Amino acid sequence: MLFQNTLCEDHMYTVADLKKGLKIILDGDPYLVVAFDFVKPGKGQALYRTKMRNMINGSLLDRTYRSGESFEPASLEERTMEFLYKEGDHYTFMDQQTYEQVVMEEETLGDAKNYLLENLKAEVMLFGEKAIGISLPNFVNLRVTATEQWAKGDTSGNDSKPATVETGYVLRVPPFIEEGELIVIDTRTGEYSTRVKG
Amino acid sequence: MKSDALWLRAQIMKAVRDFFWERGFLEVETPLLIPANAPEEHINPVITTSSWQLQTSPEICMKRLLSAGHRKLFQISRCWRSDERGSRHLSEFTMLEWYCADCDYHTLMADCEELLQHVARTCRPENPFFEHKSATINPFAPWQRITVQEAFARFGDCEVWECLRTGLYEEKLTAVIEPALAGFAAPVILLDYPAELAALARVKPENSNLAERFELYVGGLELANGFSELNDPLEQRRRFEEANAARSRAGQSVLPVPEPFLDTLGSMPDSAGIALGLDRLVMLTAGADSIDDVVAFTPEEL
Repeated sequence: MLFQNTLCEDHMYTVADLKKGLKIILDGDPYLVVAFDFVKPGKGQALYRTKMRNMINGSLLDRTYRSGESFEPASLEERTMEFLYKEGDHYTFMDQQTYEQVVMEEETLGDAKNYLLENLKAEVMLFGEKAIGISLPNFVNLRVTATEQWAKGDTSGNDSKPATVETGYVLRVPPFIEEGELIVIDTRTGEYSTRVKG
Repeated sequence: MKSDALWLRAQIMKAVRDFFWERGFLEVETPLLIPANAPEEHINPVITTSSWQLQTSPEICMKRLLSAGHRKLFQISRCWRSDERGSRHLSEFTMLEWYCADCDYHTLMADCEELLQHVARTCRPENPFFEHKSATINPFAPWQRITVQEAFARFGDCEVWECLRTGLYEEKLTAVIEPALAGFAAPVILLDYPAELAALARVKPENSNLAERFELYVGGLELANGFSELNDPLEQRRRFEEANAARSRAGQSVLPVPEPFLDTLGSMPDSAGIALGLDRLVMLTAGADSIDDVVAFTPEEL
């Protein structure tokens, strides 16, 4: 695999490399350094205080290191892959270039599962062989499969109503949206953006 | 705004100079590039290609001037400490040091009170306080003096000797004690450090386990480190050797010993000296939480 296994012993990070944004392996998981400070009490030993996010489950960890400690770099790779199909809680993606397939669990996908329609292209983050995250296009087009008819003369004052799209995701849409219409959803907020005309 | 901080920095420099000039201190400049600093276990000098070092503090040269008969000295100079970089550290920084013959660390504590009050009054006349991490610190309120042993027992719920023995001293100090000191509305002086944490200080006459050393904290930020000076050359040499032995055990380079300093140390009168981080004083006066905000350029910007 590209970029994999190219790092050897002498490419270990030391405490001097610690900074925000560094990716390292701890207890087998990839971690992203989200906060870092160098602390050194007068005449005392230096401490390297970090806050790290587990890139698989998102949990935060505080760790303090001392001079002389070293870290294994987390080698991560982002690849464009196409969503193929869903089976139970498992979502399968394929690299169009290599035909390599990876499976992601629903839990890892988080909200991204709401927008996954067959053939959608997304950036899949790989840690070794394992897919640990996904980034979608900011906007996706999905067809409305169910929503109530807007009653003309409705004076209830509601300016939105629920609608279900083809992935099963339910969101609020303006009253004029009808079943079968194609709408644009902002994947960052999960909200309705506009409708696709024609 | 950085340009405001630079103005304030210049005003503070002037206020500090005026303060010491008015009190009869001689302003000196000693060489920045020297053959040897005082070897310390946890301070790594920047070593040049000629094997000479940039000063980690002007201490060695300032004390030689005391040995040569000068009585009251101050200096504002650049110092370098390898690989120190954080929100309160720059590898190259500005130090204010002052020394006084026939003084001890109590004299320096009193100097600190007057100096900080002078800076606040001169540089923030409308609002003569310091600020750090949303706390306001009043240098005119009564200063607190707490011994290191007391601080560890009271805030850290532990014995300082036990922390030293188990290697948890720095962790406890920075994670528990310093945040507790941030809660004080006036500056705090931590005093009487374990002798092993004061390689160039005199031990207390009544208890050789403790050194006549103190640290000044303002809003939990360590601002200055002062002590009654050791002037016994044999004991000083023994401590330098101890520091080098500890460095060697930790896989660090052994540092050269400043021989001319040791040669003249015996003629240095009983004195006291102190180092104050000037960049940090600017931080406190500007209310800046990062040292980056009070210097013209950080190393990353160069």
